[in-house]
Formats: sequence, C-alpha cells, structure tokens
Amino acid sequence: MLTKRIIPCLDVKSGRVVKGVNFVGLRDAGDPAELARRYDEEGADEITLLDITATNEARGAMLDVVARTADETSTPLTVGGGIRTVDDVEALLAAGADKVSLNSAAVRDPELIARCAERWGTQAVVVAIDVRRRTAPTADGSAGDWEVVTHGGRTSTGLSASAWAKRASELGAGEILLTSMDRDGTLSGYDLPLLREITQSVSVPVIASGGAGTLEHLRDGILLGHASAVLAASIFHDGTYRIGQAKAFLQQAGVPMRLLADVVGARAT
Amino acid sequence: MGFPDVRIVICQTGVGNVRSVVRAVERTAPKTFEVVVSGVPAELAHADFVVVPGQGAFGAFAQSVQGGFADALQEHIARGKPYLGICLGMQVLFEDSEEAPGAKGLAVLPGHVRRMVCGVDPASGVAYPLPHIGWNAVEPTNDSARSSLGAVPDHFYFAHSYAVVPSDDSVALATTEYGMRFVSAIGKDNVLGVQFHPEKSQAAGRALLASFFAR
Repeated sequence: MLTKRIIPCLDVKSGRVVKGVNFVGLRDAGDPAELARRYDEEGADEITLLDITATNEARGAMLDVVARTADETSTPLTVGGGIRTVDDVEALLAAGADKVSLNSAAVRDPELIARCAERWGTQAVVVAIDVRRRTAPTADGSAGDWEVVTHGGRTSTGLSASAWAKRASELGAGEILLTSMDRDGTLSGYDLPLLREITQSVSVPVIASGGAGTLEHLRDGILLGHASAVLAASIFHDGTYRIGQAKAFLQQAGVPMRLLADVVGARAT
Repeated sequence: MGFPDVRIVICQTGVGNVRSVVRAVERTAPKTFEVVVSGVPAELAHADFVVVPGQGAFGAFAQSVQGGFADALQEHIARGKPYLGICLGMQVLFEDSEEAPGAKGLAVLPGHVRRMVCGVDPASGVAYPLPHIGWNAVEPTNDSARSSLGAVPDHFYFAHSYAVVPSDDSVALATTEYGMRFVSAIGKDNVLGVQFHPEKSQAAGRALLASFFAR
C-alpha cells in the first residue's frame, strides 16, 4: 500500500535557511544542506526547498544549495521559488532536484507546465497553488470559494482555486502543492474544506500546506482532507516534533506510513 | 596501485536527475571500482556494470538510447555483464510503451509498458491519484528475488504512471499494490530492472545498490 508522505519544507534565502530553525545539535542551523541531511536520516519522505530570494543575483546560491543537498541526501528533493523558464528548471534538475515546483510563472504562462511535463515527465512537475478564501461557506452546505494568489499573496489573480488546479493538472502538473495563505504560519491546522474541494477536483496527488501546528493537524489533512502528503515547516524546524515521532503517531491513527524501525528506536532512547 | 579492475558506467541519457544516481552509486560501490558517467556508446564496450537511470517520458528516452546506444546496451547484456535499469531504464528493456506509440524499446524482454489503471480507493472513496508518487512496499516473489533486491523487504520511492507488463511472468522479481498489482522489479540472468528509485530510497536503496555491485 502506498504510504502517505511527510515533507519538511525549508525556506531558503540567499543560500541560508530562514524562519525559526532551532534544532538541537546542529553545528550550523542556517545551512539548508545540513538540515536536509538531518531530515534524511530521520526518514523524511521527501524534502522541499523553497527559494524565497528576491534578487536574481542570489539565485546562483540556490543552485549550490540544491547540489549540496542532493549530494548529501538520498531523499526525493523538490525545489520551488522564482522558477520562470524551462532553462531555470533544467538548471535545477541538473543540480540534483527531482521535481520543481512552479507557482507565479505557471499562472502567468500556463503552457510552461506543459513544456516542462513533455520534457521531464509529469512526475517532475509540481504546481504550487497559494489560495485565500474568497467567499464563506453557506448554510446550504456549499464550501464557498478560494482565489489563487501569487507573489507570496500580494497579487490577486481572480482565478478560482479548483478551476486552476484542474487546468494545471490537465496541462501536466504531476502534483498540486496547495497552500492556504489564510492558515500559513498560524499553526491552527490545514484548511480542510479547501483540501477536500481540491482533492475532489483533480486526479493527481495533492500536498497539504499551510497551518500545521500539531500532529493531529497532519492526521486530519490526510484522513479528512484526503491529501497524499503533508508539508510542514515550523513544527519540525523548531524541534517540537521529530519526523519519526510524527510518523508513529499517524500510524497509530490509522494512516499508512513508512516507519523506520531503527530511526524510531533511536529517537525513543 | 594499478588501474581499477572494475568499471561501472552510468548512462548519461540527457533526461532528468542523473547526479543523484551517480552519488548513490559512488556511495555504495566498492571503493576500488571506477565510476564513469557517459553518453558515449563506445564507453559501454569496457563496462563491467551498466546502470541506466531514467525519468521523464518514454518516447524521448527511447529515442535517446536508439542507434549506437541501443546496440551497445544490447551487447553489454549479451556479454552477460550486470545491467541495472531504473524507472525508464527498466521500461526500455521491453518492446514498447503506451506512453509513446511507435517508439521502440530495446526488446531484451518480451512485454509492454502500459498506463496504470488503479480505480477507486475504498478508504477515501476518491480515485487513486496518478502519477503513483511516494513510498510503497516492494514485495519479492520469492527468496531469491528478495536477495536480488538487497534482502531488505521494505518501502522504496516511486514516481511514475506507467508500469511494465512482462509476457513471461517468471521475470517478475517483485510486485507492488496500488489499486492494482503491478510488477515493480524484474530480473533475468544478468539484467535487473526496478520501477522505483533506489537512489532516492535511503537505506533500502543503498542495500539494493550494494547488493547489485556485489554480483
């Protein structure tokens, strides 16, 4: 049986991890490759690196980070943030990324998705969709509506989340990385009605993102939101939970998980 | 110290992430082995081990190994030297694929590559998503198959929508369940093929690669 995935996400700026990293025993808490290696050893199912660098000059640093991370881990690696062209994708895959995550550029030029899928296969193309709730749920049971936003939430697109998710998957997105901007950073849990809406709209795997604060949130994203994978940052970076601990909890809750006996055992001592 | 006695050639087919395969091979092959990454068919003539990674689409991949490359791969296999095909590197051993009608595989093994048809997950009531992405159990068909796969009955990382359908059931070393049961590893004599990615499968992948290089 296919297991559900836990994906720690590292925000990288100018080659360094940003956002509350507080791992005990790390020599350099700011080095993405070092943190990624830690997650690899703990049995993370995938690792996502998100480049939040604002300038083109710093993009070279990201390629170096991807290369070092790929060299030091044997965990599937997704890289996103600021990818604009097929050449950007090629450079990241050559550096050792297994998948790329397209966001704003795909909204601006949806055919970019198709061009990448034709060349590298749909399994290498993730489309990241950031959304914000537009209309509230209604008394008659409608879930309401979400709007796609880009540029870190600063730009509204007018697109409905489910319509864009469908279009992106038809063009060749192999996965949808769905982030609720309403929940992001709140630690109040994933937006479950949103997840249900999108998992029912598309036939590709959906990764839940935005709002995970507890292990129960991860469980709900999978069991109630039907996500294939759950992405989280803070709860792992700040040391609140270990990957193995989260997996053991989810397994207990009835979620199929890949457990590493040795890893779980090592953390228990 | 002389030249290394054993030469591993990793085929640079120009599609996808070859770098991770190279690193994984370097980590698991014995230190005395020489690891060469090459897109030149002539390099294969002197290979003891050949590893063919491959991600992406069957059509482009099949085209990239046609001509001199196909001949060199077939000769390597005919010499009885170990061949490891990963993902498309396994699929291309068969005759053809539904993904690219008309494109020819190496036809080392009889059979075809077909799009997976997985149905509805009874647990959620939602259709099984495709691509099949993530860690799934690889179940060996017998003890000898288990040992070919690194003797670690474990989960490996998959990322694909197509799977091989061998004409000869006996080449199936392992199967995997995803709304359907598909062949996730094949083996015949010196040829090993895996649908999953050992280079991305942490300890289980390292065990498989180490066992392959111990052949």
